Amino acid sequence: MQPISTAASASFFSGLSGQFYQCFVQDNRYQYILTGLGNTLVITVFAVLIGVVLGTLVALIRIAHINNPQKLRVLNGIANLYLTVIRGTPVVVQLLIMYYIIVVGTPISDVGTAILAFGINSGAYVAEVIRSGIQSVDHGQIEAGRSLGLSERTTMVKIVFPQALKNVLPAIGNEFISLLKETSVAGYIGIQDLTKSGDIIRSITFLPYTPLLTTAAVYLVIVIGMSALLTKFERRLHRNDNR
Amino acid sequence: MITVKNLHKSFHTQNGTIEVLKGIDQQIEKGEKVVVVGPSGSGKSTFLRCLNLLEKPTDGEIWFEGQQINTPQCDVDLLRRKIGMVFQHFNLFPHLTVRQNITLAPVTLKLKTQQQADEQAMSLLERVGLSDKAGAYPGQLSGGQKQRIAIVRAMAMEPDVMLFDEPTSALDPEMVGEVLKVMKELANDGMTMVVVTHEMAFAREVGTRVLFMDGGTILEQADPETFFTHPKTQRLQDFLDKIL
Repeated sequence: MQPISTAASASFFSGLSGQFYQCFVQDNRYQYILTGLGNTLVITVFAVLIGVVLGTLVALIRIAHINNPQKLRVLNGIANLYLTVIRGTPVVVQLLIMYYIIVVGTPISDVGTAILAFGINSGAYVAEVIRSGIQSVDHGQIEAGRSLGLSERTTMVKIVFPQALKNVLPAIGNEFISLLKETSVAGYIGIQDLTKSGDIIRSITFLPYTPLLTTAAVYLVIVIGMSALLTKFERRLHRNDNR
Repeated sequence: MITVKNLHKSFHTQNGTIEVLKGIDQQIEKGEKVVVVGPSGSGKSTFLRCLNLLEKPTDGEIWFEGQQINTPQCDVDLLRRKIGMVFQHFNLFPHLTVRQNITLAPVTLKLKTQQQADEQAMSLLERVGLSDKAGAYPGQLSGGQKQRIAIVRAMAMEPDVMLFDEPTSALDPEMVGEVLKVMKELANDGMTMVVVTHEMAFAREVGTRVLFMDGGTILEQADPETFFTHPKTQRLQDFLDKIL
């Protein structure tokens, strides 16, 4: 029994280094991973930016309408339609629609298409997060600001938003993290993102374990890093309230 | 200074319309300290909040310094600079320091430079005995301290009149005194004040006129001495019996 298991584990380990060589070193295959990681990060970062801008806009429209139902009726209708459609359909389908229907005939690159699709998708979720964050600020804060003679806009900018940001930060952070992982479907429109890269190496080498587990590990490391950053940022924001 | 004519206010709720104010007439002169008392739900707070348009009157007129304020032509933000308000729950801005709480409005509205506002904040804080708290955040203060800061924040706008909406109701009993003391000093300095409160001793000592509200109307009003010793209506007599 003993010799067999030793031999098996020895061959497993020598096999592991062989696999590693085959997957990443031979023919500079590590470059697949680097290119993929680059694309994944670029798509995530710019989609997050679009998502935050779009989400904030939609949230502001919805809040303005809720506060005064006479105002912004048309824009609020559009915002509601946007939220319903985006949150009611899978992101892969949205990506395919963007690629095969919407950007056809435009000079937008594949990565640009992915950024648009994921950004518009993320905006819908961010909008609801920001709306709930703004509404979670005590109404007395608005009354206090207005009673000092500050305008509605100034009250929002100087008093409500800073407090809302504190409330929504964890939820926004989660949205960033899930967006990073959602971009793994970018391969559907032929983009070589991190996931696709791992899969390419798998198909070249016929070795499933190393490339796919490595891919997973890279995602995990990025997510852990993002979580740590967020926790740090949150702690700094909360430094001032010993409530 | 403030004239209220036939003020009505209704709220629309799911259970129908509730008429909270049913025709209020009031004349408040400069330098007066008007104290409003009455049972809960009588419309005291709503009346007070109508005076700076935190609630929009349904009907009637409110005039402030010769100008009707409940018209679309009135610049609400400009009006509110002249009317300070202190809330039951303080409503300090938790993300700003005490000093920033006080200077935010005067500086943002360009009435003062940051330096002028800081100096004013420090001298006001000194008056209420809290100059050592200038750099603290509201979360680090007691209720009584928060309310004194809230009063200072309203004073920093140098208003012509100050409204107090049950300023001591959310405080621990031992902290009520320090807030009332600040309000008394403010009264002695000649500030026009309208105070909704349950502190009868304060009404008696500081008030120049006491209003008794019940069921959305002003049932009775008199100088404090007459108000507390010779109530005219049975309703006020009952109310005073219960609380004194």
